[in-house]
Amino acid sequence: MTWTLLLQHLANGVALGFVFGLVAIGYTLVYGVVKLVNFAHGDIFMMASFFVYYGIVLFSFPWWFSFVCAIFLTALLGISIEKVAYKPLRDAPRISSLCSAIGMSFLLENFATVVFGGRQKPFYQPQILSKTLDIGGVRIQLVTVVTILVSVAALLFLNYLVYRTRMGLAMRALAHDFDTARLMGINVDRTITFTFAVGSSLAAISAIFWALRYPQIWPFMGVFPGWRAFTAAIIGGIGSIKGAMTGGFLIGMISIMLVAFLPDLAGYRDAFIFMMLVLVLLFKPTGLFGEA
Amino acid sequence: MYKKRSFWLTVFSLVLFFLFIQYAQTHFDAYIIRIMNVAAIYVILGVSLNLINGFTGQFSLGHAGFMAIGAYTSALLYMSPELKAMNFFIKPLIWPLNEIQIPFLSALLAGGLLAACAGFLVGAPCMRVKGDYLAIVTYGFSEIIRVLFNNLQSITNGPLGLKGLPTYTNLWWSWGWAVFTVFFIKRLIDSSYGRALKAIRDNEEAAEAMGVNLFYHKTLAFVVGAFFAGIAGGLLGSLVMTIDPNAFNIMLTFQIVLIVLLGGLGSITGTVISGVMIAFLMEWLRIVETPMKIFGITIPGISGMRMLIFSLILMVAVLFFRHGILGDREFSWEALFSAFKKRHSTEGE
Repeated sequence: MTWTLLLQHLANGVALGFVFGLVAIGYTLVYGVVKLVNFAHGDIFMMASFFVYYGIVLFSFPWWFSFVCAIFLTALLGISIEKVAYKPLRDAPRISSLCSAIGMSFLLENFATVVFGGRQKPFYQPQILSKTLDIGGVRIQLVTVVTILVSVAALLFLNYLVYRTRMGLAMRALAHDFDTARLMGINVDRTITFTFAVGSSLAAISAIFWALRYPQIWPFMGVFPGWRAFTAAIIGGIGSIKGAMTGGFLIGMISIMLVAFLPDLAGYRDAFIFMMLVLVLLFKPTGLFGEA
Repeated sequence: MYKKRSFWLTVFSLVLFFLFIQYAQTHFDAYIIRIMNVAAIYVILGVSLNLINGFTGQFSLGHAGFMAIGAYTSALLYMSPELKAMNFFIKPLIWPLNEIQIPFLSALLAGGLLAACAGFLVGAPCMRVKGDYLAIVTYGFSEIIRVLFNNLQSITNGPLGLKGLPTYTNLWWSWGWAVFTVFFIKRLIDSSYGRALKAIRDNEEAAEAMGVNLFYHKTLAFVVGAFFAGIAGGLLGSLVMTIDPNAFNIMLTFQIVLIVLLGGLGSITGTVISGVMIAFLMEWLRIVETPMKIFGITIPGISGMRMLIFSLILMVAVLFFRHGILGDREFSWEALFSAFKKRHSTEGE
């Protein structure tokens, strides 16, 4: 194992960590505000990649415009899912909204199978992004660099949004105490809508980078990234943005390093990730950064 | 006196039911028999999941994992050594499994017991993990099982699965087990254990304060539920004649959750009805996937449409019929008679 190879794996791990981290933030935001595990988040991720695909194939948009459109459409999708499936059950027992979330995930997957077809589709690779950089012997794809840069930008923006704006303040207040926040005059519906929009557009961004990295899209592509990201959110402590990113990095690194260094055990990757989840839940149920 | 009457009525209807099963086994079409077998397996799965989700209030998504354990254990025990040698052509099966063969019933029981052990392993942490997190941990467990079975090639034959399993499952086996499951779980629910389970569901802290041993009762629910899921897995394996790890995925668990939801969380009667209904509905829905002609226009069959309609039903059930068919009510002879009597008296007036 040479240093350059190690650095190469490290760069890949970091990029994948950002992708998982962004999806994990979607879970964390929604859970923090509505206390709901949004099982459909992985499928929102999948829908985003199909929006990009159809933007390019059907409407022949330029790729960057298609990306932007997809992010907006995904945000809309997230908002409408909340309105249809979660809002009517807000006062129902938790088990009902949990079932509704599972049903929504199931529905989106089957909808995509019927409408888009079950076969894998190639994802458009822009010429510019498929270049390979050579930095002192370390060969890194440009996509990896762009993934890291855009993710950092998105994170900075999110940080501004949550900690510097009135909307962010409302979100944090709701996460802290739902009823008191409502008494203080916070518009609950609007804040929840906003939360879903932010979470879904982050999922769209990560879906685009995921699909640029693994350029095959199909209706069930969201299942595993979704679950790994959710695991990341729990490991980091659900409700915490910092925790979600840390968890994402951990999962991204494990995913890359296990395949790179212990290829014999690569098949057990998901078993390892879930084992880690169970251990974290058993010994520190609030996660690494979660509050009790 | 009422109790005695109910008892004899139950015995009588069971005898009638098994006469019907005997008639069905010998006279019905193979296709219908197959659906009836699936219906029985759904009933076992639904009732056993209802014990965990509906009566104890622990949201578990691990049923597919328990089924996989039951299906593989029993299949590896009842397959003949020659059949195993034929299946395991990439990596041979490890010793003692490659030489032994035991009768179907003991193989099923062994599968159920191993699944029950897994149920203990999953149920034990549920002291620390609650609500949504428990759903995640149990789902994680069933994924770990799937990943392990995909990779342990010298025991499970990996993703190739086991093929050509002998068909032992018939209506007697499947409905016999279904009736036994309903009987067993009904008795459990009506006992002091059952009252403790319901107390845990309604208010965990209060139950603990009243002296209910949380760990013991929660684990009990998981062990019993997992045992019957393992039995159902074994029956299913012998019915469809081929099993592979990826058949036991989250979709299967969702189907069972749907059965429980439609029937009503906490109602055995409702679960039995919805289990049979879903089995027939899923077959009937195959129509939408075949091409058909309406008013001279040919509509091509769309594959996947069946599952789309299925998931729409799930959403409608969750959003609008939150209590399912029966809520948490149960069938009883007394209720049936009093309903008749009421109608009689109103007609007489």
